[in-house]
Amino acid sequence: MTIADVQKILKAELVCGGDLSAEVHNACGSDMMSDVLAFVKDQSVLLSGLVNTQVIRTAEMMDMLCVIFVRGKEPTAEMIELAKEFDIVLMKTPLRMFNACGLLYENGLRGGDGI
Amino acid sequence: MKLHYEVAGDDFTRAGEASGAVKATLKRLGFPADVIRRVAIAMYEGEINMVIHADGGVADVEIEPDRILVTLTDRGPGIPDVEKAMQEGFSTAPENVRNLGFGAGMGLPNIKRYTDDLKIDTEIGKGTCIRMTINVPS
Ligand SMILES: Nc1ncnc2c1ncn2[C@@H]1O[C@H](COP(=O)(O)OP(=O)(O)OP(=O)(O)O)[C@@H](O)[C@H]1O
Ligand SMILES: [Mg+2]
Repeated sequence: MTIADVQKILKAELVCGGDLSAEVHNACGSDMMSDVLAFVKDQSVLLSGLVNTQVIRTAEMMDMLCVIFVRGKEPTAEMIELAKEFDIVLMKTPLRMFNACGLLYENGLRGGDGI
Repeated sequence: MKLHYEVAGDDFTRAGEASGAVKATLKRLGFPADVIRRVAIAMYEGEINMVIHADGGVADVEIEPDRILVTLTDRGPGIPDVEKAMQEGFSTAPENVRNLGFGAGMGLPNIKRYTDDLKIDTEIGKGTCIRMTINVPS
């Protein structure tokens, strides 16, 4: 699916971005950044309920294309600046983590670990 | 090429700037994407550790065609039991650090996973020096 599809599925609001037509296959959902950094499997989407600049930096270190904030969390101005610098798409969805991940999984996104 | 960075201990939002700069440099120099990502993640984990556990430090990076060497040096409290610290899930990070998304006890194991060589010199009350090497496959 594309990032635009992700946005539609999660009823997410675009905060800033980038190329919405980019294809994505794998995602990762966590509030612990070292957990995200532990498993590089070409995930291109990060879902998180954590709001600070390190979420954007973590996504950049992993070469991710899109970060989605769950539970309606608002990224700060500093985070938006950083995301623009790294060309990362930011979105926010009112959905909670479990439902957001579940919907994306149901629509074909995977964790990148072969399951 | 040699790069040097000061990593401030009192500014969590800026932690990772040095790793980000190294990543951009390696990209510009045309290193393979996989090598760049391994260096970036390993150095980022080390840089975050210096900020949350050791009140900052310095980063020195040597870039050679066949390997990249990252040395992180701090004057923090040191690591009492390195073997324990290397275990997945071991963390002494306080609640406020966990609320920032760190303190899963995964940083050092991640560094080990992404590097070809890792050396930790540490002394209680004096500080910690972490040297990591990532080889560039020819
Ligand atoms: N530079 C350092 N100075 C002092 N202690 C350190 C340093 N780096 C790591 N440690 C100690 O080693 C432990 C394990 O480090 P590690 O990076 O694996 O996990 P963490 O930083 O606690 O959590 P995470 O990396 O998942 O966010 C830390 O909790 C801390 O006690
Ligand atoms: Mg750590």
